[in-house]
Amino acid sequence: MRITCPICGARDSREFSYRGAALALDRPDPDAGEDAWAEYVHLRENPAGVLRELWYHEAGCSAWIVVQRNTTTHEVLGAELAAEVAR
Amino acid sequence: MRFSGLRILKEGLTGNKGWTPHWRDPQPKSEYDVIIIGGGGHGLATAYYLARDHGITNVAVLEKGYIGGGNVGRNTTIVRANYNMPGNSEFYSHSLKLWEGLEEDLNYNVMHSQRGIINLFHSDGQRDYAARRANSMVNQGDDAILLDREGVRKMLPYLEFDNPRFPVYGGLCHPRGGTARHDAVAWGFARGADRRGVDLIQNCEVTGIDIEGGRVTGVQTTRGAIRAKKVGVVVAGRSSQVAAMAGMRLPIESHILQAFVTEGLKPVIDHVVTFGMGHFYISQSDKGGLVFGGDLDFYASYAARGNLPMAEHVMEAGLALMPMIGKARVLRSWGGIVDMTPDGSPIIDRSGIDGLFLNCGWCYGGFKAVPGSGNVFAHLMATGRYHENATKFRLDRFRDGYGLMDEEGTGSQHNLH
Repeated sequence: MRITCPICGARDSREFSYRGAALALDRPDPDAGEDAWAEYVHLRENPAGVLRELWYHEAGCSAWIVVQRNTTTHEVLGAELAAEVAR
Repeated sequence: MRFSGLRILKEGLTGNKGWTPHWRDPQPKSEYDVIIIGGGGHGLATAYYLARDHGITNVAVLEKGYIGGGNVGRNTTIVRANYNMPGNSEFYSHSLKLWEGLEEDLNYNVMHSQRGIINLFHSDGQRDYAARRANSMVNQGDDAILLDREGVRKMLPYLEFDNPRFPVYGGLCHPRGGTARHDAVAWGFARGADRRGVDLIQNCEVTGIDIEGGRVTGVQTTRGAIRAKKVGVVVAGRSSQVAAMAGMRLPIESHILQAFVTEGLKPVIDHVVTFGMGHFYISQSDKGGLVFGGDLDFYASYAARGNLPMAEHVMEAGLALMPMIGKARVLRSWGGIVDMTPDGSPIIDRSGIDGLFLNCGWCYGGFKAVPGSGNVFAHLMATGRYHENATKFRLDRFRDGYGLMDEEGTGSQHNLH
């Protein structure tokens, strides 16, 4: 599996570490309450299909990237810098 | 049809013409007392124990594919009770005791082989942990022997003991651990459930869960609607999809776990050996293949196949530990879709919807749990109370943080196990 880093191009997936669904871009407010935080930390859509997820280019440019990837085929459909998505 | 040595002899001498199908192929009825979604090991065992222990035989097991086609046929067949934490410890102990009586109980040869498991350790700190874990196991009433380096050498002379990074200091031996024939476990439970009146409905995918006023009333399937007042969801890697039909989100991510088998060899590895530091473990099947695996690929996946980096890592770790296996040729590799929870322990609980029960989150360790899981889940579904050996597999432990069972000590959030 190759991940397309917006900075480095298509790279071997073992250069990256994985953070799971890209929820961190939409964190609850600190005072959003226990329910919102319990959901955020633990509950997942876990789709069989296209998932928006966070990868960290650990052995490359050190960028966090938001990758669209199909979990049933491993096809990588696109990637953006998390910093730009979050802006 | 009852299996026996005499029967095999008779059939062998008469052309094997007397064997009959192991289970019926019934049409789904319009209503059952209990529906089990998922005809894997856990679902079949649940149906079996509902019938055996609770007299509930008007049960349907709905399987979208075929019996034995999911994770119960895709694992590395290891059976053990060497857990450390309360919650897990008593449950796996219970499950192992069921394993030990399973063949007689099912009248089915599941080839349960208690050949012993050795977990290797490579430092003083790891030895301390192994001793603590061994004490936990002994206190639970199970067996554990702490082996020093020479003790390991007597049992496993073929290891590389002086690996510069991970020299073998000793091992935690669990003599009652071992392996079983995974397919036979599915078939044995399927046959046992069928013989007690359970309908096993294959090629029947659940497409919806009917809920009225906070209470489950049945399911929609590709073979029509089926009513039931109790529904159990036992679908491993697909738990999130089925739970979504009931409007639920679960604390689960589905990941890929790979396994490998070599060509058949003469007997060479007599036990199950785990090399935790290399994320490698191995046993030899009765057919002769070396069956081995490693860690997750570490990304969400429903592909039932992994990628090469983990395959390479597993082979490297295996060769570092036992260089002799480099001569064996790998025959096949495959992957299973595993339902990972944040703390690495399972969920056997009510769902918050009356009559709807959840059994999921088995991570990479579901096979050894098959009898225990079915047994305690049947107890919960039949009586409404937690089985005494499964009181801690609560869904709400993630919300309130109480009773988390982080067996590996790596943390209780996703992607850490």
